[in-house]
Amino acid sequence: MSEPRELAAGRTVLDIVEGVRAGTRSAVSVLEEHLGRIDEREGEIHAFNLVLADEARIRAAEIDAAVAAGDEPGPLAGVPVALKDNMCTKGVPTTCSSRILEGWRPPYDATVVQRLRDAGAIVVGKTNLDEFAMGSSTENSAFGVTRNPHDVTRVPGGSSGGSAAAVAAGFAAAGFGSDTGGSIRQPAALCGVVGVKPTYGAVSRLGLIAFASSLDQIGPFAHTVADAAALMEVICGHDPGDSTSIPQPAPELQSVLDTGVEGLRIGRVTDLPGGADEEVTTRVEAAFAALESAGAKIVDVEVPAFTYGLTAYYLIAPAEASSNLARYDGVRYGLRVDATDTNAMYAATRSAGFGDEVKRRIMLGTYALSAGYYDAYYGKALKVRRLISDDFARAYEHVDGLLAPSSPTVAFPIGERADNPFAMYLCDTYTIPSNLSGHPGMSVPFGTGEGGLPIGVQVLAPALGEPVMFRVAAELERAMEAS
Amino acid sequence: MAHRLSAVTDASPAAPLSVDVIAKVARLARLDLDDDETSRFAAQLSDMLAHFADIDALALDDVEPMSQPYALRNVLREDVVEAGLDRDDVLAAAPAVEDHRFKVPPILGIEP
Repeated sequence: MSEPRELAAGRTVLDIVEGVRAGTRSAVSVLEEHLGRIDEREGEIHAFNLVLADEARIRAAEIDAAVAAGDEPGPLAGVPVALKDNMCTKGVPTTCSSRILEGWRPPYDATVVQRLRDAGAIVVGKTNLDEFAMGSSTENSAFGVTRNPHDVTRVPGGSSGGSAAAVAAGFAAAGFGSDTGGSIRQPAALCGVVGVKPTYGAVSRLGLIAFASSLDQIGPFAHTVADAAALMEVICGHDPGDSTSIPQPAPELQSVLDTGVEGLRIGRVTDLPGGADEEVTTRVEAAFAALESAGAKIVDVEVPAFTYGLTAYYLIAPAEASSNLARYDGVRYGLRVDATDTNAMYAATRSAGFGDEVKRRIMLGTYALSAGYYDAYYGKALKVRRLISDDFARAYEHVDGLLAPSSPTVAFPIGERADNPFAMYLCDTYTIPSNLSGHPGMSVPFGTGEGGLPIGVQVLAPALGEPVMFRVAAELERAMEAS
Repeated sequence: MAHRLSAVTDASPAAPLSVDVIAKVARLARLDLDDDETSRFAAQLSDMLAHFADIDALALDDVEPMSQPYALRNVLREDVVEAGLDRDDVLAAAPAVEDHRFKVPPILGIEP
C-alpha cells in the first residue's frame, strides 16, 4: 500500500519546519517521534548502517534553544534527515556499505551535508546502499539487505534503498541519495516516495564518494513534491569545491508548484524500450491523462537512442568506477591486508575488501578500457552517449518535459535477481538515459499495482529544467490526491 | 533511426571471454580472483558483452564521443592560501603511519 496522505500529515518537511520555527513543536519532540519509529521497525527494515541518536538529540536541543532565543534556526529547522552512507560526515563512519571502508571516519563533511547542517536539519543516521552504489536492490551491501517497508519480503530498490526505506517508514522526514543510473528514482518508486535526480552539476559532488564521476548526482527523497522542492533549494547551487558544479544559484522551486501545467507540452516517447509490466505502463498512461485534463498538451516524440542507454551506461559507468576505485589500495585509508610488497598488498586488500558486484564492475570497466578493447567498448559507448544526448535535445525542441516509467516493475522479492546481474541491470532501463545526458528526472508516487505495491511515474526535463519538472510533478501529486 | 543502422545487422555475439583474459584483466585491476570467481566472471562478463553487442548495429564513425554532460572548461580561483585538511587528521585514517608519513611495504627489491 502506498503511504496514505493522512499518515504523512505532520511528518512532512514543511510541517515540521513550520512548527519548529513557530515554537509550536520542539525539534526534540519531532526527533523523538522519528527515533521511536526507528526503535519499532528498524530491526526488520535495516535502513541504516548507523543511527546517530545521541548526536541528533544534542543538535535538536540546539535548534530549540536557537528558536527560544529568537535566533534564525534555518530553512530546515528540526528536520530529521537520513544520509546515504556514501556521503562524507566529519568524524562519523562512512562506509559505502563496503568492508574496504569499514570504520573509516572522514576528515570533512560533504558540501551537501554542510548545507543541510547549516539549514538546521538534523542527521539521524547513515543509510544502507548497494556497495559503492552499484546495484538496484540494496542487496549488495556488506552489512546486510534493506527491506521494503511496504512488504518486508521485497527489496526497497537501490542503490539508495536505505534512504528511500527510511523516508517511507517514517524514520526520517527526508532522505538523501545519489543517482548514477537511477539509484534515487528507482528506490523512490519502489518505496512510494518522491525522489529527485537533479541536473548534473546542480548539486555539489564534493564529499560524495565517487562511483562514476560524469554520471553521479546527489538528490532528495521526500514524502511530497513540495518537500522535495524545499530540500532542493537548500542543496543546489554553486560550490567552488566541485569543478563540475554549475555556477548558478539554486533554482526557486517552491514558488512554481501551484502554477499548473496549462499549455505545457509533455512528450510521450513512442519508441521507448519495452520490458515494463502492464501495471506500470497503465499508471504512466493515467499520468498522461491527468496532465491532459489539467491543460497540458501531450505530444508524441521519438528518442531512438533511448534503447541503447543500457549498453552505453554499463560500459561507461564501470569504466569510470574501475578508475575511481583504484584509490582503495590500503595506503591512505580503509582496510589493509598486509603482504610482502606493495603490489601484493594492493591485490590482497582489494580482494578482501570489495564484494562480488564491485569486483565484477571493476573487471568489466578495466576490460572496456584496456588496450585493444578501448575503441570497441568504451570509445563506442561514448559515441552512443552523444547520440542519446542529441536525441533528447531534438525531442526537447518539441516538448517541455517527458513522462516514462521510473522502474519497469514494482518491488521484487528479495533474492529474485541476485544471481543474474544482467536482469538486475534491466531495472535501470528508463532512468539511465538522463544520467548519460546530464538531464534532471524525478519519480512521483502515482498509485499502486495489483498487489498494492507503489508505482512511480518519472518526469524528465532538459538540463536546468527543474522548475518545469516540479510543476509537472506537483500536478501529478494533486491528481493522486483528488482521485 | 534507420539512417544509423549499418549494413551489418546480424552482428555475431561477442566472443566469450576466456579465463586467461579474465586473469589478465584481474592483474590489471589489482584483484586476486580464485578459480571459482575467474570462471564465474568469465561467463557473466561474456553474457554481458553479448547483450552489449546491440550497439554494433549503430553507424558511429562520424559521431563525436561524449565523456561528460557539458564541455570541459578551466575552473580557476584566486591564488590565495586557504585552510586545508589537518595533517594529523588525515594520517589518523591510514592503516600504517611513521614519522608523519604513510607507511607501506617495500616497493622494490623483493625477490619472488
